[in-house]
Amino acid sequence: MDSGLRSELIALTLQHLKLVGIALLIAAVISIPVGILLTRQAPLRRWVIGFANILQTIPSLALFGFLIPVPIIGGIGPRTAIVALILYALLPILRNTLVGILGIDPAVRESAVAMGMTGRQVLWQVELPLAARTILAGLRIATVTTIGTATIAAAIGGGGLGVFIFRGISSVDTTQILAGAIPAALIALAADEGMGWIERKLPPV
Amino acid sequence: MSAIVEFSRVGYAVEREGGPVTVLRDFSLTVSAGETLVLLGRSGSGKTTALKLVNRLLIPSSGEILVEGRSTAAWDPIRLRRRIGYAIQETGLFPHFTVAQNIGLVPRLEGWDAERIRARIDELLDRVGLPPAEFAGRYPRELSGGQRQRVGVARALAADPPLLLFDEPFGALDPVTRVELQRQFLALRRSFQKTAIFVTHDVREALLLATRIGLLRNGHLEMLATPSEFVNAEGEEARAFLACLDWKMETDGFRSA
Repeated sequence: MDSGLRSELIALTLQHLKLVGIALLIAAVISIPVGILLTRQAPLRRWVIGFANILQTIPSLALFGFLIPVPIIGGIGPRTAIVALILYALLPILRNTLVGILGIDPAVRESAVAMGMTGRQVLWQVELPLAARTILAGLRIATVTTIGTATIAAAIGGGGLGVFIFRGISSVDTTQILAGAIPAALIALAADEGMGWIERKLPPV
Repeated sequence: MSAIVEFSRVGYAVEREGGPVTVLRDFSLTVSAGETLVLLGRSGSGKTTALKLVNRLLIPSSGEILVEGRSTAAWDPIRLRRRIGYAIQETGLFPHFTVAQNIGLVPRLEGWDAERIRARIDELLDRVGLPPAEFAGRYPRELSGGQRQRVGVARALAADPPLLLFDEPFGALDPVTRVELQRQFLALRRSFQKTAIFVTHDVREALLLATRIGLLRNGHLEMLATPSEFVNAEGEEARAFLACLDWKMETDGFRSA
């Protein structure tokens, strides 16, 4: 591998990680609190989950494209790509937050309330610890898919490892395609393993 | 004796498809300090509902419940619940807490210092027959059903609440463990002098533990009697429950024959 390709590989990998990291962080900051809120708002739940489901069904290349003409969040470049990645990451995190909290044994929640815990204490000391594994599993799914989807960012000038892939496609150069695809796959595998390890470290419940 | 809990013409209805369903109607009852009132009834008779109205897990549709002379609606629900111990059949132990953490929960919420909490946990574990050295650090999943129930009872007693609510705490246990825990309950009652409301569908348990029995049928208090009055009761529902005892006696007779 020549040094030019190597330094480009490093730069694009870092760019890729940045896209994924920012998107996941924002998606988690939105999804987890909204998920918690929805556990207390049964009527709203259907609508929000339905909306997130629809977002998920839009083909990713199309979603990236749709966002370009949107003012403020749109345009060409990494910002638009991050918005698209956030939209994709919302559903798995949101759904797992809901499932994790709603799946807690009702007798446990009832006891917590009956012991005189405040709503906040029930949330922080009972619901979130017991839902932690499920929420983390949602983050894990979101992370792995976001790392793959982020390769499409290059199509709208967002950078990342997709740059190699799209360049390789247009110049029919398999080496270039692999230079993007292999690191992306390795990062996804590493993230999956790493988060799986954290999941196993959480106390079993 | 002073009234600790007073149900005053309490009604409770839930919204179901096809309109509201009455679970409890015109329910009036006074529980005095130191007594163990057992609410006896079939499934769906409203006994669990009556219990949950006391610590405001449920709000009555009509009437009111006075706890220590004050309507549950007027109590701060958090303060009210911390004065009431609560144990249920499913135990509701926190699976991510050790036995010690489960028992120490309310004392911790009440801001006791760590040393006092630890001493209280050890005392209670001893009282319910679980050696602290062996059990304090275990998780609920590492306990048998009977051991879990003991921890549930210890947790209800932890902050020394003047009132205890028990919803079939021994219902899911094998008969031998069940009798053991009932005896322990009687021993605990003697030493702690608590007021308790105890829900069960087991007439034997009711007769054994109660100072008075409230018989519920279809959300209505059918009769209120001491155990000795209850065994001579003529009412249809009371006879139905007492017949369960007869059946056991017949079996005993069959065995000895």
